[in-house]
Amino acid sequence: MKKQRFWPLMMILLGAFYFLIPLYATFEFSLRERRGEYSFDAYGNVLGDPQFRDSFVYSVLLALATIVVSLLLIVPTAFWVHLKLPRLRPVIEFITLLPFVVPPIVLVFGLIRIYSRPPFVLVSSPALLVAGYVVLSFPYMYRAVDTGLRAIDVRSLTEAAQSLGAGWLTILLHVIFPNLRVSLLNGAFLTFAIVLGEFTMATMLNWPTFGPYLALVGQNRAYEPAALAILSFGLTWICVGLIQLFSRGSPEQGQLAGTH
Amino acid sequence: MAEKVFEKAVTLPVPRPRTRVINLTWLGVVPFFAFSLLFLFLPSLYLVFGSFQDETGSFTLANIGDLFQPFILNSYWLSIQVSGVTAIGGVIFGFGLAYASIRGGLPRWIRGALMTFSGVASNFAGIPLAFAFIATLGRTGFVTLLFKNVLGLSLYNGGFSLYTFWGLSLTYMYFQFPLMVLIIAPAIDGLKRQWREAAENLGATSFQYWRYIALPILSPALLGTGVLLFGNAFGAYATAFALTSGTINLVTIQIGAEIRGDVLHNPGLGYALALGMIVIMAVSISISLWLQQRTARWLQ
Amino acid sequence: MAFLELENIRKSFGATAAVELFNLQAEQGEFVTFLGPSGCGKTTTLRMIAGFEQPTAGEIRVAGLNITHQPPNQRQIGMVFQSYALFPNMTVADNIGFGLKVAGKTLAEIKGRVEEMLRLVDLPTLGKRYPHQLSGGQQQRVALARALAIEPRLLLLDEPLSALDAKIRISLRNELRAIQRRLGITTIYVTHDQEEALSLSDRIVVMNAGQVEQIGPPFEIYNFPATPFVARFVGTLNVLQARVVDQTQGHLEINGQPIYTAKSLSNAKNGERLSVAVRPEMIGVIQADDGTAHNQLHGTVEDVMFLGAVVRVRLSLSENTLFFDTFNNPHLEMPRLGQSLTVRFPREAVLMFDADSLSRSL
Repeated sequence: MKKQRFWPLMMILLGAFYFLIPLYATFEFSLRERRGEYSFDAYGNVLGDPQFRDSFVYSVLLALATIVVSLLLIVPTAFWVHLKLPRLRPVIEFITLLPFVVPPIVLVFGLIRIYSRPPFVLVSSPALLVAGYVVLSFPYMYRAVDTGLRAIDVRSLTEAAQSLGAGWLTILLHVIFPNLRVSLLNGAFLTFAIVLGEFTMATMLNWPTFGPYLALVGQNRAYEPAALAILSFGLTWICVGLIQLFSRGSPEQGQLAGTH
Repeated sequence: MAEKVFEKAVTLPVPRPRTRVINLTWLGVVPFFAFSLLFLFLPSLYLVFGSFQDETGSFTLANIGDLFQPFILNSYWLSIQVSGVTAIGGVIFGFGLAYASIRGGLPRWIRGALMTFSGVASNFAGIPLAFAFIATLGRTGFVTLLFKNVLGLSLYNGGFSLYTFWGLSLTYMYFQFPLMVLIIAPAIDGLKRQWREAAENLGATSFQYWRYIALPILSPALLGTGVLLFGNAFGAYATAFALTSGTINLVTIQIGAEIRGDVLHNPGLGYALALGMIVIMAVSISISLWLQQRTARWLQ
Repeated sequence: MAFLELENIRKSFGATAAVELFNLQAEQGEFVTFLGPSGCGKTTTLRMIAGFEQPTAGEIRVAGLNITHQPPNQRQIGMVFQSYALFPNMTVADNIGFGLKVAGKTLAEIKGRVEEMLRLVDLPTLGKRYPHQLSGGQQQRVALARALAIEPRLLLLDEPLSALDAKIRISLRNELRAIQRRLGITTIYVTHDQEEALSLSDRIVVMNAGQVEQIGPPFEIYNFPATPFVARFVGTLNVLQARVVDQTQGHLEINGQPIYTAKSLSNAKNGERLSVAVRPEMIGVIQADDGTAHNQLHGTVEDVMFLGAVVRVRLSLSENTLFFDTFNNPHLEMPRLGQSLTVRFPREAVLMFDADSLSRSL
C-alpha cells in the first residue's frame, strides 16, 4: 500500500511546487518596493492610483454588461432549443464552440475591419467590445446553461406552468430562471473572471480597461506589477470560490479556461 | 479547404429561419443567430474573403503567397511548437496529477484542493500570469536569484531565458495543465476500478492494463483535451505580449502588430495570417474528431 | 485435504473489523455460497480469495499451496463481478480472449478457446459485438465465459445476478449451475438472496457482521438454523411469545393455548417468557380436532394474500400474529376475513431461541 502511494505523492508535490513557487515568488517580489525591508508599499501605490480604480470600475461595468447580454441571448435560446427545436442543438453547440477556433485576436481583427467603416461604425462605442466579450463568453455560458437545463425537466415544468395559465415571459422569469440559478451564477462568475482581466480585445479596440492598465504598469513600474498579479489572482480565486460555493456537490462543473 | 470548412459552418444554420418564416417556432432562436452572424461569422468571413482580395478588391492569391516568406513561416512554426509542447506537456502532467489525486489512494481533500486550484489557475492567465513569471524566473526573479545565490548557477548565462521558447512554454503550462486536470477528472472517475481488478484477475500486469484497457478507453478524452489545449495556447496573445513586450515571433503577436499598424501596413497579409490560424485550428480539430471516431468505435 | 482452505482469516479496515475468524474448507468441485446482508463481510472475504484485499491475519491455501500473499494476476482464479466489468473498448471475443492474450497464447489457440467459451455460454454468434450492444443477461454470460476462458482453478462470483430482472435471474442461475457441474470447477458464490443460495449451493456459509453464523448444506441451514440470525435470514419465520409451563415436557403456552416442543427445554425455567419460531409452510389448516400429537393454535383470520401458487394467511391470536401458507386450489374455499380457524404444526417445527438473542437479531 505504501509503495503505491509514493509516486502519486511525488506527483502531487511536484504539482504543488509548480503551482505555488510562482505565487510565492510574486508575493515576495511585490513586497520589495522599499529597499532592505518588506513592505506593502507597492500595494498602496496600486490601490491609491486613480487610474487603477477607473480602469477596474470600467472593466467591472463591461463585465456586468457582458453577463446581462450573454444571459439574455443564451438562456432563452438554450431553453427554446431544449423545448421546441432539439434538432438545432448540435448547431448551437457548434456555434458556441467556434470561439475556440477563432482566437480573440482574430475575432477582434475582423470586428475592427467591419465596424470601422459605414454602414456600421461601432468602433467608437464600447458596445462593440461588449459584443466581442459576449462571443468569448459563449462556450462557458452555453455549457453552464445547457448542463442546468439537462438537470431539470424543462418540458414538464413548462407544461405545468402553461396548464396553470402562465405566459412565456412568466415561465422564463418565474419558473426556468429560478431553477437554473446555480448554472447561471456559474456562467456569470466565469464570464466575470474572463472579462475582468481581458487584454487582447480591449487593447486593440483602445478602451481603458483593467487589462491594458496592467500592461501599462508592467512597462513602467518594477514592483507594482507583482502586486497587481497577486491582487488578480485573489480576484480570480474569489470568482472561482463563489462558483464552487453556489454549485456545491459538483465542483468540477463548468470551469474552463479564460482568454490568454 | 479552410473556406469549405468555414462556409459549411456559416450556411448551415442561417437560411433555415428564412425558408420557414411561416413557422413561428424558429423565431425563438433568431436573436442568437443574428448576434452570431453579426459578431462571429461576418468578422471571420470578412478576414477569409479579405485574404483573397487585393487593395482594389479583385481576386488575388498574393496574400496567401506572402505567408510563405521565412519570417511568417517561422512565426507559425514557433506558435505550433509552443502550442504542441505545452499541449502535450499539459496532457501528460495534468493527467498524472489528476490521476494521482483521484486514484492515488491519497486523502480526499487533496483532490478538492487540486480542483479548486485548477479552477483558479486555468483562469489566471494573460498579463498577471506574465508578471508572476517575470517575478519568478525573470532576470532578477526569485528562482533565478535562488539558483545564483544558493547553487551558484546562472540560469541566463546557461542559455535559459524566460522571454524565448522554453520560458514562454513554461509560463503557458501554468494554465494548460490545470485545464487538463479539470477536463480529464470526470473521465478518470469514469474508469471503473473493477476493470482494473478484472484485468488483474485474468492475469494482466499493470502495464498490460494500461496498454489494452485504460488508455484505449481514455484516448478519445485525451485526444480531445489535447487539441483543446493546443488551441488554447495557439490563440493566446496577452501572456506572450506582456511577457516579451511583443518581441517573440508568434502568429498572434504578428496579427496584433498588423492591427496596430506598426509593421508593413499590409492589411491583406494580416487577413491571410488570421485565415492561416483559423485553418490550422480547423484542421487540428478535424483530425482530432477523426481520430476520436476511430479510437471510440466501441461507443457507436 | 480440501482444495480451498481459509484458515482463521481476519480483515480489519482501520479500527473496524470486516471479517473475523473465517474458517472454510471447500472440496474440489464444490459450490459454496457466502450468504448474508450487505456489509456482512462476504464480498470482502471473496476479494481476499481473489487477492484484491490482503487479510490482516490468517492463511488462504489452494490445493495445499499458500497463496495469501500472491498478487492477484498470478492466482489463476476466475472472477465474475456484480457489474460484469466487461472492457467496453473490446468486442465480446476480445473480452473472452483477454486472459489468454496477456498469457501470451497464440492467436489460433485464443480463437479456438473463445469459440468454445461462446458455445458454452450459448452465445455462439455474438463474438463481434461490443458490450454495450448486449443485454444485461448476455453481458453476464460473457463475463462468465471470460472468467472461465483462462481455465481457472477456482471460480468466484460476486452477486452476479443481482442486476438482472427476476425471470432472467432464475434461468441464468440454472444455467450457471449446469455449467459449473459440467466443468466440475470449485466455485464460491456471494449473494444476499437466500433463495439463490438455497437453490444453487452444495454448502452455504451464512455470515453476519463479519462473523460466520453457520456453515452447512441448504437443507440443514433451512431446517436446522444454528442461530436466530440464520433462522430469520433464511426463509420467513413466525416469532411467537410463549410462556414455559413445564420445561421437562417441553410444555409451553401461547395466549393460553398449549403447545409442545419435540425436546425438553433444559435451559428454561417454568413460568419464564420466551420466543419460539415456526416456519409458515410447516403450518396447516384443520377443520376440527382429530386428536393427533400435533400442536394446534386457534385464531381469527386477519388478512388473506393470494400469491399465485400459495395463499398466505395472517392469523391473529390476540397478542401474537401468525402467518401460514396453504396451496392454491380453485376447488376449495379460501379463508374469509374474520373467520375463526384452527391451524396445526408438528412438534419438531417449533424452533427455540431465548427471547433476548432472537429480538437482537430481528
